Amino acid sequence: MSLNDILDALFPAGHAVAVANQVITGEAQTAQGPVAVLGTTDAAAIDHAMALALASFVLDTVERHPGRPLVFLVDTSGQALSRGQELLCLNGSLAHLASCVDLARRQGHPSLSLVTANAVSGGFLSFGLMADKAFALAEAQVRVMDLRAMARVTKIAHERLVDLATASPIFAPGAENYLRMGGIEAIWPAPSAALLESALTTVRQTLPASDQRMGVGLTRGGRQLAAGIAKIVQSTRVGA
Amino acid sequence: MNHALASRHSWFEASARTRLAGLLDAGSFREILPPAESQPSPHLAQLDLPGAFDDGVIVGGGRLSGQSVLVAAQEGQFMGGAVGEIHGAKIVGLLRRAVKEKPAAVLFLIDSGGVRLHEANAGLIAISEIMRAVLEARAAGVPVIALVGGSCGAFGGMGIVAKLCSAILMSEEGRLALSGPEVIETVAGVEEFDAKDRALVWRVTGGKHRYLMGDCAALLEDDIAAFRNGAAEFLAAWHEPEPGLACLRARQSVLEKRLAAYASYRDGLQVWAALGIAQPETVPMLDRDSLVALKEGLPT
Repeated sequence: MSLNDILDALFPAGHAVAVANQVITGEAQTAQGPVAVLGTTDAAAIDHAMALALASFVLDTVERHPGRPLVFLVDTSGQALSRGQELLCLNGSLAHLASCVDLARRQGHPSLSLVTANAVSGGFLSFGLMADKAFALAEAQVRVMDLRAMARVTKIAHERLVDLATASPIFAPGAENYLRMGGIEAIWPAPSAALLESALTTVRQTLPASDQRMGVGLTRGGRQLAAGIAKIVQSTRVGA
Repeated sequence: MNHALASRHSWFEASARTRLAGLLDAGSFREILPPAESQPSPHLAQLDLPGAFDDGVIVGGGRLSGQSVLVAAQEGQFMGGAVGEIHGAKIVGLLRRAVKEKPAAVLFLIDSGGVRLHEANAGLIAISEIMRAVLEARAAGVPVIALVGGSCGAFGGMGIVAKLCSAILMSEEGRLALSGPEVIETVAGVEEFDAKDRALVWRVTGGKHRYLMGDCAALLEDDIAAFRNGAAEFLAAWHEPEPGLACLRARQSVLEKRLAAYASYRDGLQVWAALGIAQPETVPMLDRDSLVALKEGLPT
């Protein structure tokens, strides 16, 4: 599905969005008022320039449009893989972007992300997973690594991983697995203005957003240990 | 061999527990969820892989120069310090504890390649939770200090986490980046990044380069006592700022200028020359004190 089709389906009341260097920035109309629209397209491999363009747009929105919701469209194949990018500390620019999204949250901007096609590792961490809530289209690919590469790196037979993947959401690619683990709030069959409106309402109602993903992962049965362990570490009395 | 060298205890070679014992005031460490009260990862067991009762990270409280601190220490010798479900949840729990308990700091001894592939989805979400929890602790006024000098460095999502901390204190042996050189070589080819060229790897990801670029706050000797003193000194002089637009705008400007100036470079040598270092080829040979003196003499 093209970016324009997705935008038309999400924002029938109108959108004005520019794409430069695979980075999406702009605004759109919803029944609840204008929202900032930003993200990446065409399976962007996030580099310094993309991360800084997104960060700059988040900071502009915080400065010029207090409280305006942020809608992230996520289509990233991960981080750019190059020596020159690492030389300038790519993790630093991705952390900067994450800090900007976090600042927007603290200043009262509701946010949600929608994985439109691909969401992989570092590219997903830096903005999609920083939103108050993340959603994914049914056809979206969400992963750290595909099973073949995973088999190569872990030296575990591919067939074995495929077998285990049917029983456990813990390692295998797929939006459904992220849903069960609490990383993705809901899967949408197709981009839809009604689903977006309802998601915006939910995000607004739960402000200020605290991170509920462990609890959700437990309720859905995908991550059965994390919530309990975090709770113990958080509240166990420790001797002097 | 002089006395200082003879008595040095390498941070790089030490286990996470040895690092903690030498970092904190003697006898002050109290572990939360010690191995006896914990369970190894069932996800590793499912793959017939050996687990660890602490799942590769030790969390707890202690004192640094008399001040109360919380600590998390990753064990690089277990699964490359990688983050799985339990490992990640222990760190998140500790950071959330810091928001309530308000210690003088959280000391985060990072030694990790990032997400544990055997628990990839749990690991990725956990790292996202750690990212938010670090920022939450800092917003509550608690500094989070990353100490990087272990054999696994700080890579992948843990490289991002390190850069979200109040500061990174790093040794020359430490490495900090996003993708590991081996991954880049595998995907983009050996001419892009030769992972076997150790000198090149350090010129791109190592402590000296990150220090010269300002990506870590201090360069420390590879010595547990040096990390202890470095952390205490840093903390004494540090006041955690409130998160704000001005601060992030300033950072944005620094990063944009740097990208514009150095975008075509592919080796630390090029960056160091551009920073005004007359003989960049001597940098890898300089000892820690000489390098710090060199940086302090650079035009700003």
